[in-house]
Amino acid sequence: MLENKIKSKAEIRAEKLLPGNQNFTTITDDIAGVPESKKTPIQWWLLFGFALSLLAIFAGSVGFLIWEGTGIWGINNPVFWGWAIINFVWWVGIGHAGTLISAILHLFRQNWRNAINRFAETMTLFAVICALVFPGIHVGRIWVAYWFLPIPNQMGMWPNMRSPLIWDFFAVFTYFTVSLLFWYTGLIPDLATLRDRAKTNLKRKIYGFFALGWRGGNRQWQHYELAYLVLAGISTPLVLSVHSVVSSDFATSIIPGWHTTIFPPYFVAGAIYSGFGMVMTLSIIARKVYNLGHIITLEHLDKMAQIMLLTGCMVGYAYSMEFFVAWYSGNAYESFAFVNRALGPYWWGYWAMIFCNVVVPQFFWFERYRRHIPFLFITSILVNIGMWFERFVIVVITLHRDFMPGAWAMYNPTIFDVSIYIGTFGLFFTGFLLFLRFLPMVSIAEAKLVLPESNPHHGHEE
Amino acid sequence: MNTYGVIAKFDTPLALVHAAEKVRDAGFKDFDCHSPFPIHGMDDAMGLKRSKLGYVIGAMGLTGALFGFGLQTWIHSIEYPMNISGKPFFAYPAYAIITFELMVLFSAFGAVFGMMYFNSIPRFHHPVFYSDKFSRVTSDAFYVSIEISDPKYNEEEVKSFLEKMGGTDIEVLKDEN
Repeated sequence: MLENKIKSKAEIRAEKLLPGNQNFTTITDDIAGVPESKKTPIQWWLLFGFALSLLAIFAGSVGFLIWEGTGIWGINNPVFWGWAIINFVWWVGIGHAGTLISAILHLFRQNWRNAINRFAETMTLFAVICALVFPGIHVGRIWVAYWFLPIPNQMGMWPNMRSPLIWDFFAVFTYFTVSLLFWYTGLIPDLATLRDRAKTNLKRKIYGFFALGWRGGNRQWQHYELAYLVLAGISTPLVLSVHSVVSSDFATSIIPGWHTTIFPPYFVAGAIYSGFGMVMTLSIIARKVYNLGHIITLEHLDKMAQIMLLTGCMVGYAYSMEFFVAWYSGNAYESFAFVNRALGPYWWGYWAMIFCNVVVPQFFWFERYRRHIPFLFITSILVNIGMWFERFVIVVITLHRDFMPGAWAMYNPTIFDVSIYIGTFGLFFTGFLLFLRFLPMVSIAEAKLVLPESNPHHGHEE
Repeated sequence: MNTYGVIAKFDTPLALVHAAEKVRDAGFKDFDCHSPFPIHGMDDAMGLKRSKLGYVIGAMGLTGALFGFGLQTWIHSIEYPMNISGKPFFAYPAYAIITFELMVLFSAFGAVFGMMYFNSIPRFHHPVFYSDKFSRVTSDAFYVSIEISDPKYNEEEVKSFLEKMGGTDIEVLKDEN
């Protein structure tokens, strides 16, 4: 009798991550049921309508920008990098959590990631698309944006490969492509599930086309698993490199406040911090709308909050270390740049950043707050507001006062800075909502691996 | 009416692993074990060799790195030497990033397209799809399939062999015409 009561570690873990009496059939039904259902929740339509109207704002503003030129923005001497660069860095950063969850946590065999990785990877894809918009439109004459590419042309001209801006182009482009491949590879078995369950011929053909004829044989899983593992392995250094390269756009310049070696790790920590904030926001909404509280559980939200606490403390450390080094360097310009951040005319931006990124995550030391859904929802949004302000601090506050007081000026964004930023939310949410409607938002194959009976050695460990 | 092979259903991942071991020991070569998710230890149970995909990915990664470094060197040393702030034309430390990015990009293509090549996908027609019940394999069913191309294949023997080891829903795969 006694041995019935002793549970293996795998069973205890599974109970937390997949509570209730779940088996392979119920997992498939619950997850595949969402894209299969004929009735779309009313909340989905409301959000989708809202997203489409933002997308219209985006299209209109970008169209006007292309027609009129970057003069419609508030950028002017000395701040020539305004909201466009802030938004670019912000969106790329959000994408990073997706790769962290899908790749790094996969390598560490953190099974709890299986409920949120699809979600997070999709967020990465659309976030990187939103990010790529900004350098694209920032060049002004976007019809020659292909000059970024090292392709032979009639001018005999090549990009400067020693410039961080071209590194950035290669890094983000590679990042997008690899994320897309990773996401699609993960989807293949699930598309096969949807194909096999499809009620109409059209659905079966469409899902079947993208499932590539997957039949779940171990001769396929063998190569598939290796490919997936290698993709995770190469995505890990890739994701660390991407934001490091983004930071080198700043760090390789000689502007006081930018010219620091702490930038790459500090940018990566901030990126993961903001990305987890976004995953948190999206998963709280989705589990509510689709009643998936038993698949994306409090345990998952708790673990994400712990990672936000860790990375929040890392950025907090970076902020204080920047100040220390500015003072310790004895460089008047460097010291001034930092005093100007905290006490200059843009003090509110700096303190908004400190509040959202350093103060707010401290609540996550306590389990009560890590499991309090309304609190988590509000903080996850504050995190991303804070991270936007971090990039505002870095870009605008640094540039508006540098070496020569005669060249100082304030920066005033225009309505088009705002509308293009707001518009990218339309781009992001339109894509994301379509994904929620037509594709499984949790990996069906991987969610089953959390169940102890998926392991044939279960109960035979000794 | 052509025959392509026999499939049998098993209830749990453990039963499938045991079945795979028996099919392997009986000397079959053209068989496969189908499951909704990858099963730990199945490669050994089926007697599969290690996937060669790693070599493909390695070769692609090396190609990418060499291409990236070569491209940058060629552009700045040979094709279009640009003097920017007096920096050297062959500034190899600055080439590290793009070399790395192209290595990762090429490896990723190698991983995904190599996986497709070894798995012979896209392939939209396969005898196992003739079975209606087999479609549950992407949800909650576990199947062993033995194909007619196997030299040891004999329909009646294979059917009783699969039944003896606990297989249910045994079906002979046949096309409609």
